[in-house]
Amino acid sequence: MPTRKSAPPAALRPTPPPPNPEPVDKKNWPLWEIFIRSRQGLSHRHVGSLHAADAEMAVENARDVYTRRQEGASIWVVPANAITASSPDEKDVLFDPADDKVYRHPTFYDLPDEVKHM
Amino acid sequence: MEMDLLQRFEAYIASDKKIEPKDWMPDAYRKTLIRQISQHAHSEIVGMLPEGNWISRAPSLKRKAILMAKVQDEAGHGLYLYSACETLGVQRDDTIADLHSGKAKYSSIFNYPTLNWADIGAIGWLVDGAAIMNQVPLCKCSYGPYARAMVRVCKEESFHQRQGFQIMMTMAGGTEDQKAMAQDALNRWWWPSLMMFGPPDDDSPNSAQSMAWNIKRFSNDELREKFVDLTVPQADLLGLTIPDPDLKWNEETGHYEFGEIDWSEFKRVVSGHGPCNKERIETRRTAWDNGEWVRDAANAHAEKRAARRAAADTAAA
Amino acid sequence: MDARFDYLLRLGDDALILGQQLGLWTGHGPALEEDIALTNIGLDQIGQARAWLTLAGRIEGQGRDEDRLAYFRDQAEFRNALLCERPNGHFGDTIVRQFLFDTYAVGLHEGLSRSSDPEIAAIARKSAKESAYHLRHSRAWMVRLGDGTEESHAKVQQSLDDLLPYVGDLFHSDEATQNAAVEGWGVDPAELREGWEARFNEMLDESGLTCPESVPEQTGGRVGRHTEQLSFLLAEMQVLPRTYPDAQW
Repeated sequence: MPTRKSAPPAALRPTPPPPNPEPVDKKNWPLWEIFIRSRQGLSHRHVGSLHAADAEMAVENARDVYTRRQEGASIWVVPANAITASSPDEKDVLFDPADDKVYRHPTFYDLPDEVKHM
Repeated sequence: MEMDLLQRFEAYIASDKKIEPKDWMPDAYRKTLIRQISQHAHSEIVGMLPEGNWISRAPSLKRKAILMAKVQDEAGHGLYLYSACETLGVQRDDTIADLHSGKAKYSSIFNYPTLNWADIGAIGWLVDGAAIMNQVPLCKCSYGPYARAMVRVCKEESFHQRQGFQIMMTMAGGTEDQKAMAQDALNRWWWPSLMMFGPPDDDSPNSAQSMAWNIKRFSNDELREKFVDLTVPQADLLGLTIPDPDLKWNEETGHYEFGEIDWSEFKRVVSGHGPCNKERIETRRTAWDNGEWVRDAANAHAEKRAARRAAADTAAA
Repeated sequence: MDARFDYLLRLGDDALILGQQLGLWTGHGPALEEDIALTNIGLDQIGQARAWLTLAGRIEGQGRDEDRLAYFRDQAEFRNALLCERPNGHFGDTIVRQFLFDTYAVGLHEGLSRSSDPEIAAIARKSAKESAYHLRHSRAWMVRLGDGTEESHAKVQQSLDDLLPYVGDLFHSDEATQNAAVEGWGVDPAELREGWEARFNEMLDESGLTCPESVPEQTGGRVGRHTEQLSFLLAEMQVLPRTYPDAQW
């Protein structure tokens, strides 16, 4: 049978785990927001959330919950309480000023039909 | 001020825009959503049990794998829906506690027993079929997180009904014993499936408000009729008989007419007296209670590890 | 019995019996996320079982497919290691059983992926990725439960003490396995023991769990001498095809 070999105590293990969010209360596993970069996708996209006791578990759970159908090539997990969102009340202030900058879009510019690709 | 907010909210709904978690919403809208989404989530989780019963007895390894994947999907769907519900400010564990205490409801179809293998086919074909009909319109509902969860659910759900129908085809085209099992399953699941669309429109008090809020897009009776119209020809194709002597095609309306639904049975099952209500909840509660030490251990380990890491950082600094 | 057929039955039956038992967790896990995780592992095991048993049936050449082999053999004809048929018990029991198996399976699949038989090598390469993930999962839980609370530590230590006697059976070595290694198409499990111990000890270091000084071994699975549990398990699993032998499903 296996024999117990001497090794550093668990507390001195080398790999430092990522930070954990504060559990909401003792009983609940904290909530994590999950971002997946798909096989064809260019950037990570928010796909949903889940509960996990720590970041490592969150990554594994995200793999099992959100990539069962070959959706994934990379996973990010973020403690839900670490996300700062813009306020809906500021929607107008934040986003309306972009409305009149139509010259940022390629369709703003008329080109002669002879120019096929630009 | 409140008036302004309400007007803006209603204008938003009217223009078919999505309401997002941090947007202002009337209390009643929030409550309706919490009730509906959590019920929906509970239905997915409790719904795992009648089918899960047959995983260990699936008659081929391929069927076993398909059934496991399907029941697992339902866990995933429950999870997406609980997450959507959490964006409204309720905690998943509290929502689950309401299920276990009997305070929260779930689809009453799952209080019927699965008695032979064809039941797995009938559930996929009829129950998932009815569920899809209910769910597809929800992909466009006014609450963003619910709509997005439903898009995911519907996408994954599409194989569920097909695998069920395929089991029914195999059984209905199989030995005499298998044919009998298939007919027996249809006999037992047909009426409960029709009840899945909820009470008739003239007896559905919350429907009007939900339709006004774009949470609901079609009435119970509209969806039920659509389901019957689609399903009857499928039963014919299987060579099975729908257990309704009054069922007949109406040339004028272009729809099937069907017999009276036994709403007293529906009420009995909803109020907790169906064949399996008690054992379904008991099973869920047992799984949850048995898992408590595991969930606690994971929390304790995460905390200890974080503390050890902090201590190591301090020592290094 | 053909040596390669017998060898493949051992591989297929381990995966089948584990998959059958993990399937019982679907809907009953300690948290929704973990329910999904256990089912995923179960699905991998069933997938591996199907691949090994299909290949076994082809090599035997008697027309038996995966289902014929899974559903129409009696317990004495099963070749799974005794560890795999130990009951699910509580979550800790299942995790320990899985961990003890995964630590063996990663070495096995890695070795078999270099098999001179291209079909065995192909199945093993696919399985190796799966078992590496299973080990990651079961190992993380060994550490969580071992390090977590007093209660979880005591429970999982008990599971470990209960299941360690069945580990030796995994490494059962006989003429067939030794020939397989010599001929280059198989791995002799005896050679996997060292790697297993290294992975096992790593887990002990991290979880704070301990291994008893001496562990009496229970063996017999590879030659069809099983525990009482297996025939119950098979009775449930095989009930439909045995009751309706003419039916297609």
